[in-house]
Amino acid sequence: MSHILTLTTFAPTIGALAILLLRFAAGKGGEEAAGKGALWVALATTLATFALSVVMIADFDTRLTGFQFVEDQAWFSVVHYAMGVDGISAPFVLLTTFLMPICILASWSSIKTRLVEYLIAFLMLETLMIGVFTALDLVLFYVFFEFGLIPMFLIIGVWGGKNRVYAAYKFFLYTLLGSVLMLAAILAMTTIAGTTSIPALMQTHFAPLAQTLFFLAFFASFAVKMPMWPVHTWLPDAHVEAPTAGSVILAGVLLKMGGYGFLRFSLPMFPQASMTFTPLIFALSAIAIVYTSLVAFRQTDMKKLIAYSSVAHMGFVTMGIFAGTLQGAQGAVFQMLSHGVISGALFLCVGVIYDRMHTREIAFYGGLADLMPWYAATFLLFTMGNVGLPGTSGFVGEILTMTGVYGSPSSAGTWTAFVSASGVILSAVYALSLYRRVMFGTVTNPKLVGILDLDVREVAIFTPLVVSALVLGVQPHLIFNFTDASVAHLVTTWRAAVGG
Amino acid sequence: MGLDGLIPIATPEIILASSALGLLVLGAFAGKAGRLMVSWGAIAALCWAADAAATGPEGVAFSGALIADGASAFAKVVIYLETAVAIYLGERWLARVGNPSFEYPVLIVLAALGMGMMASAGDLISLYIGIELQSLALYVLCAFRRDDARASEAGLKYFVLGALSSGLLLYGASLIYGFSGSTHFADIGRATTGAAGTGVVFGLVFLICGLAFKVSAAPFHMWTPDVYEGSPTPVTALLAAAPKIAAMVLFARVLTQAFPHAITQWSQVITAIALISVTVGALGGLVQKNLKRLLAYSSIANIGYALLGLASGSQTGLQAMLMFMTLYVIDVTGFFACLLALSRNGKPMETLSSLSGLVRERPALAVAITILSLSVLGLPPLSGFWAKFYVFKAAVSTHGLEGAAVYGLVMSVAAAFYYLRVIKTMWFDAPEGATDAPPFDARLIALGAAAFSFPLVMPALSVLDALAATAAKAFGLA
Repeated sequence: MSHILTLTTFAPTIGALAILLLRFAAGKGGEEAAGKGALWVALATTLATFALSVVMIADFDTRLTGFQFVEDQAWFSVVHYAMGVDGISAPFVLLTTFLMPICILASWSSIKTRLVEYLIAFLMLETLMIGVFTALDLVLFYVFFEFGLIPMFLIIGVWGGKNRVYAAYKFFLYTLLGSVLMLAAILAMTTIAGTTSIPALMQTHFAPLAQTLFFLAFFASFAVKMPMWPVHTWLPDAHVEAPTAGSVILAGVLLKMGGYGFLRFSLPMFPQASMTFTPLIFALSAIAIVYTSLVAFRQTDMKKLIAYSSVAHMGFVTMGIFAGTLQGAQGAVFQMLSHGVISGALFLCVGVIYDRMHTREIAFYGGLADLMPWYAATFLLFTMGNVGLPGTSGFVGEILTMTGVYGSPSSAGTWTAFVSASGVILSAVYALSLYRRVMFGTVTNPKLVGILDLDVREVAIFTPLVVSALVLGVQPHLIFNFTDASVAHLVTTWRAAVGG
Repeated sequence: MGLDGLIPIATPEIILASSALGLLVLGAFAGKAGRLMVSWGAIAALCWAADAAATGPEGVAFSGALIADGASAFAKVVIYLETAVAIYLGERWLARVGNPSFEYPVLIVLAALGMGMMASAGDLISLYIGIELQSLALYVLCAFRRDDARASEAGLKYFVLGALSSGLLLYGASLIYGFSGSTHFADIGRATTGAAGTGVVFGLVFLICGLAFKVSAAPFHMWTPDVYEGSPTPVTALLAAAPKIAAMVLFARVLTQAFPHAITQWSQVITAIALISVTVGALGGLVQKNLKRLLAYSSIANIGYALLGLASGSQTGLQAMLMFMTLYVIDVTGFFACLLALSRNGKPMETLSSLSGLVRERPALAVAITILSLSVLGLPPLSGFWAKFYVFKAAVSTHGLEGAAVYGLVMSVAAAFYYLRVIKTMWFDAPEGATDAPPFDARLIALGAAAFSFPLVMPALSVLDALAATAAKAFGLA
């Protein structure tokens, strides 16, 4: 039995323990010295974790549809410690481990207080995020899924902005309410099926009423996490208050847990119910795309604008997942991965000027392109990615989900594709106007004079993101090679189950 | 059965009764020097009794009045160990507040004896004797600090309302005896086959009300916040933990053994009480500023969850209830140990705001409180989550309780708000000022309980699962 997944998942925990030891070794008053050392330990840990996941990906057999690197150990009652990845979860593991070193670098000088605790919280969060994507046991999945709330609650609440307490509460309670309903469904499913193994539950056929109830319960949890309109209101608050790295992780990985959950649980386990609810999800997605794009347009805070744009982009994901077509599901997975890179990068871009000026008000800025040419070029690339310009990774996901939804067996597909296409224009409206207001024009604010362009650390942060956004835009099959077999298997089984 | 047969079955009771009397004599004659001896003697006696309960034979004694089976053994081990911890915590605490006296451990041993009898009771008489023995000892313990007005108030309040509930309980017991012709649970069960008569149902409801008072389930919870707040903290720690387990096991035994045919009737009543408790506990806690009162509401809510396990009336439900109580007791003992460990300028820190910025001041204790709060909140993978996991799994798999399970889960989100406020105060707010160095004993228990809650609970689960399953078999349900 290969233990690569356990190793990848818990490597960050080992790093967190090492930091804790470092703190103890530094003794009273040694906080500053411990913090500096802890940064290096955290960076090394996250890089090692990334290396481990690359080793895992290199060994991954892309032709198989089932789970690979499976580990299975009885725990208690019917619950097992079971891990494994398939073509859907493996890229998300890589996305998580890829973004983490960037987050640590982004926190290098911007976190001034309680650095040790901050890094421990981040490393714990990484373990939990990887765990969500690798768990093959429903209860184990729930543990990872829920436990992630604690470090994120602390990250927002301790290191966040002015209104952080409100945002932390809202984040925690919203998510918790969604997931307790999922817990009820998990318990009922366990009782009915007599197992908590995810592969076994995929084979289990639940009665129509049970499917409907379970679907709604899981939907409550994943829709909040995604987040879908109208339960998205926690996200802008959480994003605005969270420190930059927290926003990157939130947008880059935590939101993806919702989409991953739909793909892993809702579609294969409750196929009939997901068929029934497809029109509803299409409608919510279309509203999310149009409405939150309009809301994004009139934001005055850069982070809030990007947060709303995330909700709109997740609308493409949800409609793609439930399209019931290969393109739709492929596009949804791709869109999630690409959004993880692009929105993460956009939050980092905001972080760059926030670190310098300590404000995210759009009106404060203007004319930055003259003062920070490299920064302006980087921001432009990710803005274009966010708009979905062909050649960037943002384009591939959007076009595929729209094509997929257009070909959906559901009669609502055509209209949804039509409405969502307007989202492409709307995203150009808010993203380009943001860019114009911040970058172009003359420098009117005297405080901006003397602002510095990207430094070496920031270049190191943005380079991998720029490369992946461009490479994935031109060579999307790098992802599709991984996801093809598993996604095709998922869609064919689903269509067979609903009789399409 | 001769006396020879009785002794092995009643060994834990015999150990505790004789050591309580022996320690009383020792304490009375040994003077100040004997106080420590009495305390450690009491702890040793409780550990010995726990060992005797765990390894002793199963069977019945005193013509069925005292039952030794898997459930009683399980409950007794937890009860005796928890009371031993309460003695350890309280002994040092009393010494610190300048009120050392040897009666404290003796009274706790007597209370433990009563709780053990509750867990073993096989008829209405031993049920009442067990309850009264533990209650009377606890009334005195609540008012143990005579010079403290709040403690006296707590003791008096607890006594008056406790007497009322004992009256209800006795009235119910007499009705049941009158209509079934026996005080033995098994005989009552045999006499009430078929449709339960009005008299028996009346008696049953009175009995349930009396017991609900003892476990502080709503709507019989009014005494809880005041008594928790007024009592000395180590006594509150005891009050919130061991007696609840004893009463829950007694609850389960009376209902399943004496009324196996009225299961649908009592299940409805218990479900109603459970849901009211969960609601009152969740909403009542939202406005509390005193930590002990907050924990009182938290315990009301948690008893509601334990009762939900009982309401399912199945073996898995009772296993869930036992698991829940065990894990909860460890959390709550740890929480009170944290409160005992914290003081500022010699004054205990009992208000929520006094915890401000604690994580800067006392990181280890603040992390312990964080873990314990999140655990009682029910967040995975902390022990409190597994406790709730078992209860809700039992409820979800019981026909007719699915809705109650979902309601309970949603209420746990409402309750999450006040646990989060504790964490928020410690982590997000500005520090309040230096705290005194925490005493070793309270710190040890606090950190130990937190370490059990996470991560030790994870390997311990499979052991506890098996133990609780064996214990639950004793009730003989499907």
